[in-house]
Order: sequence, then structure tokens, then C-alpha cells
Amino acid sequence: MEILLALLFGVLLAGAVHLLLARSLPRVILGLLLLGNAANIAILAGGRVLGTAPPLVSPGAQALAAGAANPLPQALVLTAIVISFGLTAFVMVLAWAVWKGEAVVDAEALRSAEPPALPSTDPAEAAEAEPSAEAR
Amino acid sequence: MARLADWLLALPILLPLLACAGGAALRGRPGAQRMLTAAASAAMLLSAALLLGVVDRGGPIASQMGDWAPPFGITLVADRLAAALVLITAVMYAACALAARGDAALGEAEPLWHPLLAALVTGVAGAFLAGDLFNLYVWFEVMLIASFGLLVLKAGAAGRDAAVKYAVLNLVATSVFLIAIGLTYGLAGTLNLADLARRLPEAPNQGAVGAVAFLLLAAFAAKAAVFPLFFWLPASYHTAPAPVGAIFAALLTKVGVYALIRLFTLVFPGELPWVGPLIGLAAALTMVVGVLGAAAHWEIRRILSFHIISQIGYMLVGIAIATPLALAGAVLYMLHHIVVKANLFLVAGAIRRAGGSFSLAALGGLWRRDPWLGLLFAVPALSLAGLPPLSGFWAKLLVIRSGLEAEWYWLAAVALATGILTLYSMLKIWLEAFWKAPPEGQAAPPPLLGAERAWLLAPVAALALITLAIGLWTEPFAAFALAAGEELLGREAYIAAVLGGTP
Repeated sequence: MEILLALLFGVLLAGAVHLLLARSLPRVILGLLLLGNAANIAILAGGRVLGTAPPLVSPGAQALAAGAANPLPQALVLTAIVISFGLTAFVMVLAWAVWKGEAVVDAEALRSAEPPALPSTDPAEAAEAEPSAEAR
Repeated sequence: MARLADWLLALPILLPLLACAGGAALRGRPGAQRMLTAAASAAMLLSAALLLGVVDRGGPIASQMGDWAPPFGITLVADRLAAALVLITAVMYAACALAARGDAALGEAEPLWHPLLAALVTGVAGAFLAGDLFNLYVWFEVMLIASFGLLVLKAGAAGRDAAVKYAVLNLVATSVFLIAIGLTYGLAGTLNLADLARRLPEAPNQGAVGAVAFLLLAAFAAKAAVFPLFFWLPASYHTAPAPVGAIFAALLTKVGVYALIRLFTLVFPGELPWVGPLIGLAAALTMVVGVLGAAAHWEIRRILSFHIISQIGYMLVGIAIATPLALAGAVLYMLHHIVVKANLFLVAGAIRRAGGSFSLAALGGLWRRDPWLGLLFAVPALSLAGLPPLSGFWAKLLVIRSGLEAEWYWLAAVALATGILTLYSMLKIWLEAFWKAPPEGQAAPPPLLGAERAWLLAPVAALALITLAIGLWTEPFAAFALAAGEELLGREAYIAAVLGGTP
């Protein structure tokens, strides 16, 4: 079982890297999703796959019975899933806003925050080139 | 039964969290929101000062949330470094909240600014106090999501562009951190930092311990904007409104540096031979690349953003050398840098208001128009460059002296040279914005007067006073930093505070 999880982790990670290196924003977002899931698999495998019995301590006992699943990595993964869900939702809305505002999905074409470093000698032009938060 | 320590450790997280919830509920009432932010930041200042007092007198304190026995529950710990950083976080909370009152740039986004700022402060304080790796991750995420919100508060095209790069690169770093957490748990069966410090040296697979250490180093180096993982920072910081830029510049990267210090003094203390040289090399390249990047730019905030990167290098020098003196240098440098850098971003906002632009080409003649503003810029700028008698001089002195004592001469030389180039950048801003004649054919904006002036410049003046105080009255600060450095290296007190037993 751990071998399978390790293989799955590797496949997810490879896919994530491939997608993250793409220039199109939707592919990058899919890459982030895969990366998050790869991390979750890593945590799950890190906790060892002990069994499938629910991790409940039976009345009178002091510890879990053998064959019970390890509950801690599941709690960690649950937290990580919720967080990565929230962050991914933000990035998706952001990509949508970029698409609506600039009609761009190509990360390479996003250059408005970093215009060339050296200023134009013409002050009016320089003021225009300044990336301003207020620019709509 | 809650002890005093429990409250002291929980309050710096609880207070901004309550301010966040309350601020979100009071969205339609700006007056009430401002009162709440003021009250929360004042209360956080008080509780953080108490925490620092207790920790400075009695050594590290820890508390188990929900009374689960360590290492199974959620642990909050504070030693001198963490407590001092929480206090300075509270100072930044108050200063940036004040500055936002005067900054017209926030405008109609202000109802969101209050809860998001509080959420960011919650995450930062939580990260400083977290006693285990997974909670550190959660606090990092709280901080990250709040910073996403702040970054796009008033985003135009440039802001959206910046947010894409900031978000994607930070999420990748976060995922690397999470993978490292999974592997650490698999190796040691625990994520509690103090417990890890005991168990990792006994882990059967020491090669994997090295791999995990490297993954964590990479993840936090990306969060701290260390060469070559810094690209998100200069792509994003200059697009946010001035108070947002100030709180980002003050806190975000420093949480990464704090995590690096914590991990490489507590969890992996000197057992991995490659850590010191690798961090040293990264430190040198971070300093040089940052300062050269700044030299190429002509927009105040972009210059300042590159200087954040360059200054992170100085803190890394302390981690690389890892003697008590070097760590004291890193601690003092962090405290000094948080104050100075936030101050410079706030001054940049005031310069923009008084001179009409962030671009050096479009500025000029500000010294004649507003000499007080020039003075308030000069204090943090010269402190950043490390001129005596300001705080930056002593911080640099500690770092460079530790480099000489530990016979890392090349690193000390790089640090010195970087200081000179920093001075060049600061002089460039000074000459262009304050000294040269204003560019022709441009109407000057109305002078900065009255209440707006007070709100904008009061936090700047307060932070400048802190810089001056650290500079002129160094003895207690240096002694504190040395004690913090000793405490970081003598890690038994920390471990005993968390897991029990005598130090």
C-alpha cells in the first residue's frame, strides 16, 4: 500500500510540475491543485497505512486496537484540504479577474506590475509608467 | 484551570482574531471599526509587553491548548526571540493602523482593510508562538490568505498581475512545506518542535532527515525571499497601498526568517554539515542580488522592495554562522529591520502624497517644501544603510563582528560592501526626491497639512524614535539580543518548557 501511495505521489508531483511550468494560468491553477493533493498523499503515507478499522478506543481499553487507522494524518490532511480549497478558490477568482480586466491567460503577457526599471526622462511619461495601485 | 502563562500566550493571537471577526461584522460602520482596531492593537501591545517581561525574566514558557498532554496537543511556546517578535508585531499593527487613517489611497476599501489587517497580525503572531510544525503551517496560511486579500484591496491591472505571481509562488512554497511536514511525520512520528529536537537525531534514516531539512530550508527560504527564491517579492510589494506595503515589508518575510532560525537552532542544530555553508552562500547572494536590484530601480517602493531582500541576507548570516553572537546579530537585525522597513514604506506613502509620485524622475524639491518629511526619511534610510548612531549600525556591527570572530571573512566582507551599496540607494532617493529641483511643468500637489499630516507622520515619527532609541541606548537591546542568542543555542530550556523536566 505504501508503494502505491509513493507512486501516486510521484505521478501527482510530476503532473503538478509539468502544469506549473505552463504559461497558461488555468493550467497553473490545475498544477497547484495537483501539488496540494500530492502533499496530502505524502502526509497520509507518512502516518503509515496501518488498517481500516475506525480509530475508536473501545470502552475500558487504554489504547487503540491493532489494525486501527492512524487518525492524526487524517486530521492533518483534512485541515490541509480545507486550506488548499480556500487558497485555490482565491487564485481562481484572481485568474478570472485578470481575464476580465486584461483578457489575458498567458502568464508571460502579465507585465503591468513590472515595467522596465529605468525611468523615462520625461516626468509625465515616468509618472504614467509608474505601476500605481489606484490605476483602474 | 488556566494559568497566567496560558493567557499570556493566547492573548496575542486571540486579540487580533477578535478584532478580525468584529471588524468584519462592523463593515458598514467605519468609526466603530477604527475604534476596534485601535483598542485591539493597544491591548495586543500590552499583552505582548507582559509576555516579553515574563519570558525575559523567567525563561521560555509553554502552554498546552485544551490541556492535551505534550507532545500530542497544540502547543504555544514563547522564548525571548518569539516574545520580542510578537511585541514588535503589535507595534507594527498599531503603526500601520494609524498610518491608514491618513492614507487616502485606501478610500472605499477601508471596511475590508481592518479585518484583513487583523487576520494578518493573527497569523504572524500565531506563527511566532506555534510550538509544532503543523500549526506553524496553519498560521502561515492564515497570514497568506490575509495578505492575498490585502494585496488586491485596490488592485488595478498592476495589482492583479502582482497578486497572480505572489499567490502562485507562495502556494508552491507552501506545498513544499506541507510535503516536508508529511515526510517529517513519517520519520519521527511527531511534529512538535521540541519533541522533534529529541527524536530526529535517533531516527533510523539520517539521510532522509537531511532531505527533510533541505525541503524545509527551501520552503522557508521562499517565504523569506532568499536568493534564488525571491521573485515574488519585487513583483508584488510595490503595487499595494502604502500601509499595506508597510505591514508586508515589516512582517511577511521575517516570519520565514524566524522559522529558519527556529528550525536550524532547535530541530537541526549543527548536525548537518552542509547547512552552514549553504545558508552562508545564499546569504551572500541574497545581499548582493538584492542591493544590485535596488540600484537599478527608480521607483521608491521598488527600490525598497529589493532592499528587503538584501537585508534578509544579513539575518541569514547569523543563521549560517550560528554562534551566540551571530544569532544575537540576527535577532537584533530582525527587530531593527521590521521597524525601519515599515517606516520607509510609510514615508514612501507620505512622499507620494507630498510630491505626487513614487517615481524618482517625477519627484524633486521636497526638502524645500517639507524639511520635516526629509528628516523623517533620513532616520530610517540612514539606519537601513547602517550609519551610526542608528539601530542599523549596531545590528550590522554584531553580524559582521560575529563573522570575523568565526573566521567567515568573505561573508563579513560581502556584508560590509552591501552596506555601502545600500547607502548609495538611499542617497539616490534623497538626492532625487528631496534635493534636486522639481521637474518642470508639473503642478505640485497641495501641501501636506493638518489632520492628514498628523495621521501620516505620527506613526513615522514614532517608529523613527524607536530606531533612534535602539541606536542611542543600545546596551539593553544588545544584551537582550545576546541573551536571546544564547537561549536559541542552549535549547534545553525551550525543550524543558514544552515537554516538562528540568532544564
